[in-house]
Amino acid sequence: MSSHPHAPAHEDAHNVHHGHSNGHEAGHGTLRSYLIGFSLSVILTAIPFWLVMGGVFDSKLFTAFLVMGLGVIQIVVHMIYFLHMNPRSEGGWTMMALIFTLVLVGITLAGSLWVMHHLNVNMMPMSPEMMKNMP
Amino acid sequence: MASQMQLEEAEKPKFYLTEEHHPEGSTMLGFWLYLMSDCLIFAVLFATHGVLGRSYAAGPSPADLFDLPIVAINTSMLLLSSITYGFAMLQMERNAKAETLFWLAVTGVFGAIFLALELYEFNHLIHEGAGPTRSAFLSSFFTLVGTHGLHVTFGIIWLITLMVQVAKHGLIPENKRRLMCLSMFWHFLDVVWIGVFSFVYLMGVLG
Repeated sequence: MSSHPHAPAHEDAHNVHHGHSNGHEAGHGTLRSYLIGFSLSVILTAIPFWLVMGGVFDSKLFTAFLVMGLGVIQIVVHMIYFLHMNPRSEGGWTMMALIFTLVLVGITLAGSLWVMHHLNVNMMPMSPEMMKNMP
Repeated sequence: MASQMQLEEAEKPKFYLTEEHHPEGSTMLGFWLYLMSDCLIFAVLFATHGVLGRSYAAGPSPADLFDLPIVAINTSMLLLSSITYGFAMLQMERNAKAETLFWLAVTGVFGAIFLALELYEFNHLIHEGAGPTRSAFLSSFFTLVGTHGLHVTFGIIWLITLMVQVAKHGLIPENKRRLMCLSMFWHFLDVVWIGVFSFVYLMGVLG
């Protein structure tokens, strides 16, 4: 900090420039940002539906990859344009909470799928008839 | 002895308490933390569906059951309700009470259409004999999508409550704060729905 004495002044000027106190509460959107977010999410919703309903690609794996990838991009778009996420809101604490949650979500999802897949693989094979007779 | 005492006195650590930048309006941060915990609930339900989503118990599979055009309409309803809530927030910042109420009402209508379509779909599935008790896949499907639907239901109840509040007391700071919380809740539900239609419906139909 001490080696960059001008940095805080810069940030102040930045805040004043935007006209409201950033860092206190989540930022507000403008009509333009909402419309950008909306058009992006319409496109990002339409493409996966088109891919699956139209059967565009023969490779299911490739389609699945695209669907999930576009979903992740759309989630980021919503975070930025609708939830107004930015690294400065609430002094960075919303971002910290988000990153922490994402880590937990990642562990939960990857861990569950990984462990349960191995359990499934190691189970004795079972026919549907056997399953029907299960208690 | 005395000099030693003096030395200790001098070495005593001193604390400079600087009350620096205590963030005000921490309701937003608190609500964000609630949303993150809600996110964990959905993450667990998604993980459950990821594990059980292919255990059909010789029953119907997603490709047999899901009607993608209805899901597409459902998705667009929720997306439209997101943008109309955004318009309501913009009107709120302009302190335009009537316009805010109008856009909130539009949001509520889109939310209600979404719920109606979802209930129609659930009803249809159960009548086809594909209720939550049919297979592990359907149990996890109903739990995940049902939990999301329940969130939307409570969002609509909250929305109506706030519309009454705004109509009675106007756009006072308290109501603005509440509207901003509901805004985050509503957009968060849309984010969860992205996961639902991508992972549950589209990936399910893909097989």
